[in-house]
Amino acid sequence: MPPMDALVVMKTYWIFIVPLAVAGIYCLVATRNFIRVLIGLEIMTKAVTLLIVVSGYASGRLALAQALVVTLIVVEVVVISVAAGIVQGIFHLNDSLDIRKSRNMKG
Amino acid sequence: MTLTIVVLALTLLAATWAVMTGGLIRAVLGLAATSILLTILMFMLGAGLAAVFELSVCAGLITVVFISSISMTQIAAKSDSAKWARGHLRHYWPLPLILVATGAIVAFFCLKLPIELPPPAESVDAKGMLWESRQTDLLGQALALFAGVFGVIVLFKEKEK
Repeated sequence: MPPMDALVVMKTYWIFIVPLAVAGIYCLVATRNFIRVLIGLEIMTKAVTLLIVVSGYASGRLALAQALVVTLIVVEVVVISVAAGIVQGIFHLNDSLDIRKSRNMKG
Repeated sequence: MTLTIVVLALTLLAATWAVMTGGLIRAVLGLAATSILLTILMFMLGAGLAAVFELSVCAGLITVVFISSISMTQIAAKSDSAKWARGHLRHYWPLPLILVATGAIVAFFCLKLPIELPPPAESVDAKGMLWESRQTDLLGQALALFAGVFGVIVLFKEKEK
């Protein structure tokens, strides 16, 4: 059995990880700015990253967790870079970063 | 343990600031601060490799991508932030309350959850795991990077006249 202390550490982290994810979701829901949407997405990814690391620590599989986190970070960079390029394209099309002015994208 | 709780609280505070602050640059700096604090937490858990990646890629590269995006859309960012600053707190004032309530609910349920952790696996270092057991992940990473580069090239391609 893993030490009791690992469980306590994991539960302590959970108390902060879930609100971190909620902050990201709130940012996605409340904002009207494209760049802030990406910031919300980043905050949610950070919560997931921390969750993977702490799960690896608690289960004694930290090496596997780190391998997964490295993959996650690479995917995160690709998503943010491409999304930033799309935001540039939308800005050149609409002269605004306001989501409400991007109705011409539908269809 | 007290230090861990302090760093965790600071991480949540930095993320909240990134969401609630008026200016985009300040929001990105808040995000970078969140990444740095996350790096400290990873080091404290013993995940050195992931921490180095988080620090160099997330706190460094992604911040640069965000700041260049903001500077390339500066006119819109300025006019949007001027409008945004007026009604900004109106949108975000419930956030701290929601976060505190979520934390309290999770704390309440966490104490009651009967969690059983699996027995620890045989010890392998992160480098060995990545290069020997998770080689397909590396292939996936290379393909994801290729897709990203190709996507950026397509997005920034000059139109033919």
